[in-house]
Amino acid sequence: MGSNSSSMNNIPNAEQLVQETGFSAAHILRLYERFQFLDKDDTGQLRPEDFGAVRELAMNPIGDRIISAFFSPGQETLDFASFVRVLAHFRPADSNRTRDGAQPEPANSSMRKLKFAFQLYDQDRDGKISRAELLQVLRAMLGMQVTEEQLQSIAERAIQEADFDQDDAISFDEFRKSLEKVNIDHKMSIRFLS
Amino acid sequence: MAALWTLSVLLSACLLWPVCLALTPPAELPQPHNLPPLLGFNSSDGSPSVDLPMALRVFSVDYHHVQAPFEIVLWIMLASLAKLGFHWSGRVPAVFPESCLLIMVGLLVGGVIYGVRHSAPPTLSADAFFLFLLPPIVLDAGYFLPGKLFFENLGTILWYAVLGTLWNVLGIGLSLYGVCLLAQSSLGDVSLLHCLLFGSLIAAVDPVAVLSVFQEMHVNEQLHILVFGESLLNDAVTVVLYKLFESFLRLPSVSGLDVLLGGCRVVVVGLGGLFVGLFFGLLAALTSRFTSRAQVIAPLFVFLYSYLSYLTSEMLHLSGIMAIVTCAVTMKQYVEANVSERSNTSIQYFLKMWSSVSETLIFIFLGVSTIQDVHMWSWPFVCSTLLLCLAWRATGVLLLTAVVNKLRRNTVTFRDQFIIAYGGLRGAICFSLVFLIDDFPKKRLFITTTIVVILFTVFVQGMTIKPLVELLDVKRKKRALPTVSEEIHSRLIDHLLAGIEDVVGYWGQHYWKDRFEQFNRKYLRRFLIREDHQAPSSILRVYQELERREQRRDEEAPPIEDPRSHSRPLLPEEMDSIRRILSRNLQNFNKKQTPAYSRHTLHQDTTMDKTRKPLYRHHSLGERYKYNTITHWPQGEDGEFNGSHRVRAGLCRSHTVCAVGPRPVLQDSSAPAASAQRGPADPKSAATKEDQVFPQNQAPVGGEAPKKQLSFVLENEKQP
Repeated sequence: MGSNSSSMNNIPNAEQLVQETGFSAAHILRLYERFQFLDKDDTGQLRPEDFGAVRELAMNPIGDRIISAFFSPGQETLDFASFVRVLAHFRPADSNRTRDGAQPEPANSSMRKLKFAFQLYDQDRDGKISRAELLQVLRAMLGMQVTEEQLQSIAERAIQEADFDQDDAISFDEFRKSLEKVNIDHKMSIRFLS
Repeated sequence: MAALWTLSVLLSACLLWPVCLALTPPAELPQPHNLPPLLGFNSSDGSPSVDLPMALRVFSVDYHHVQAPFEIVLWIMLASLAKLGFHWSGRVPAVFPESCLLIMVGLLVGGVIYGVRHSAPPTLSADAFFLFLLPPIVLDAGYFLPGKLFFENLGTILWYAVLGTLWNVLGIGLSLYGVCLLAQSSLGDVSLLHCLLFGSLIAAVDPVAVLSVFQEMHVNEQLHILVFGESLLNDAVTVVLYKLFESFLRLPSVSGLDVLLGGCRVVVVGLGGLFVGLFFGLLAALTSRFTSRAQVIAPLFVFLYSYLSYLTSEMLHLSGIMAIVTCAVTMKQYVEANVSERSNTSIQYFLKMWSSVSETLIFIFLGVSTIQDVHMWSWPFVCSTLLLCLAWRATGVLLLTAVVNKLRRNTVTFRDQFIIAYGGLRGAICFSLVFLIDDFPKKRLFITTTIVVILFTVFVQGMTIKPLVELLDVKRKKRALPTVSEEIHSRLIDHLLAGIEDVVGYWGQHYWKDRFEQFNRKYLRRFLIREDHQAPSSILRVYQELERREQRRDEEAPPIEDPRSHSRPLLPEEMDSIRRILSRNLQNFNKKQTPAYSRHTLHQDTTMDKTRKPLYRHHSLGERYKYNTITHWPQGEDGEFNGSHRVRAGLCRSHTVCAVGPRPVLQDSSAPAASAQRGPADPKSAATKEDQVFPQNQAPVGGEAPKKQLSFVLENEKQP
């Protein structure tokens, strides 16, 4: 389809990625092409600036958080394998896949999806969403239309609703509980058209 | 109330004018009537002039001389006054869609003319409709088409347009033939081909009618584009099938080869229209590049080239609607970049104006043309047509959606399907097509049935669609309202998914879109846009997009309330306002849920603010430029994140500052820059400076710019 239609051989660890993430070979290929498109200087590694090529991301209120979520803490570059692993979270869940306890939890399980979303809030990775972190996200999403006092009250209300152990922060379990009515599998999946 | 009275007097006065139209048949000699002298008389009548034998006439009336344009103007005037009256009539727009009222006015006028003249009123000739009335509407629709949304949903739209129309045509045609077979006595001479022909013209959903009804309905934009796109694109299929069946009717016999050729024609007609439109669109873009020295006529080129593309494709028997839509979509971005601000505004306003007048005229003429002598009624035929139209459309939509939902991320919900099926209104295109049929014994029956179907869909379906949809919504809302945290987290996830989709490039669609954008940037833009207008980088485009969103947001400021203290349980009305804020904010960012564009107004109002804003934007851009790079990405974690976020948000904030007033702007646009540079500023001093700078601002607590400024500065403090 493109001029750089590489075969699977060019992609490092292709087989392993297919196994690990559950993407098909065709998907991996497409993702590789996209990776190469973003990797303008052809180093095989992505840096946060490279995501600037995705224009719409600049207008996304949490665009910078999404980009940083690709990078592990402390890392400044992103190779293809990590790129794919992050995207694996958004694969639609396999409905008929049974797993035993020995297998590691697949990347696209509901739990892992929620964990990913949780980490968008929890930038300092302490396992809790503090009031300040919640306020930051709220400010990003609501920004213009809302006053500071209203933001505070919204954050207050959110914490009140969710916080059961009264520590003034939202832990992962509380986060999960507040989203129990939402169909996470459907909401957090991208239908990859092939 | 006084205004209403004067308006209704005006309206009734203008209703007298068609009476005068009825009274001026050129050939006959009517008896003198007691009409005010401003209505025309034939000069051969003997005009009320001073009776100087064979000398100068001091006062004479020569109606013949101006008859044609005079009548046209009268019709347009009637249409426009009716439209005005409609909008002033209080609660009526809520119940009746505009199209219904216009048809009723047309019926009234037609009745008056018929009553006075005892012969049929002027009908809408197919030529006038297709050549003069339809193009402005389609051009307007194409010019304001939300391009991104359209192309994202193009697959679905094509699916509905081509397959759906085929399904409807064949279904209605064949089942009508069955009905004719059953009712041999009255309908025996309607052949299969005739039924198919009728099916092809009655099955098509009409963009004019759809637009006018959806206008009042405020559906989300995705649904709007689906229905509207379908109504536009099914023109190719409809026209081809109609012409195909018509030519089959003239042939002595039909072979399989002919059917195959017919299929090829669909493709040729569609693609041909597309290419004609592309050609003229690019030509228009190129021409607009050179209009800098004669800015006044720049809008004219837009209209001329579009109309030319329509006429050319009609000449070649291709799809004129496709051509004109493609032309508009193609030339829009280049023309907007090349042409001055005022010319842009003129283009938009003229488009809206012409399409509005056209639409009004079409509906009025529909009403007028209903009053005729040519009606032939047949209960089984008419009723079965109505039923079959509804039934086939419903089943078609259900089946097609079931298939297409498997391939889409945003499923077309049941509510949407209902609206698509029920909102398939027929309009003037069917009407004109039915008049064009070659004469055969049952033609009058076809005409009557078409009129009935159109009236039924516009009146019954048009009026009831809104209440029915609300009924459906009510049933949905019965489940519990989500909690605030659920809403917030859901929205976060929505934004996250949108971002991931953008990163991934969402497969094939974006792949081609990216390719096109590269091609566009490298060749087309360089060739078609003036050198000094080519946008330097994506930054500026992001900036412009943010501007536009900012404007829209400014115009939709939410009602502000005053929460008393920080931590206490919230009252229900505050919860409501929070919910409203959350949902409205999502509308602005989530591309899937923005409100549909309005036919009667433009998005961006050219008020004084707008002409002032760009000036200050340049100021703020100068100061902000080094911050407003989206490549300024943080290397670390917390503080830096908020740094880049803060800076980017700061750009938006300086815009809102600009919107407030001239004098404070310059001070304040420097203030945030300065404070950003300096680092944490003293919040108190910033706050007091705030208050001094905007003393005149009657900003309610939690109002627009000043508070935002304040919170922005305070944010600096809050970084851990």
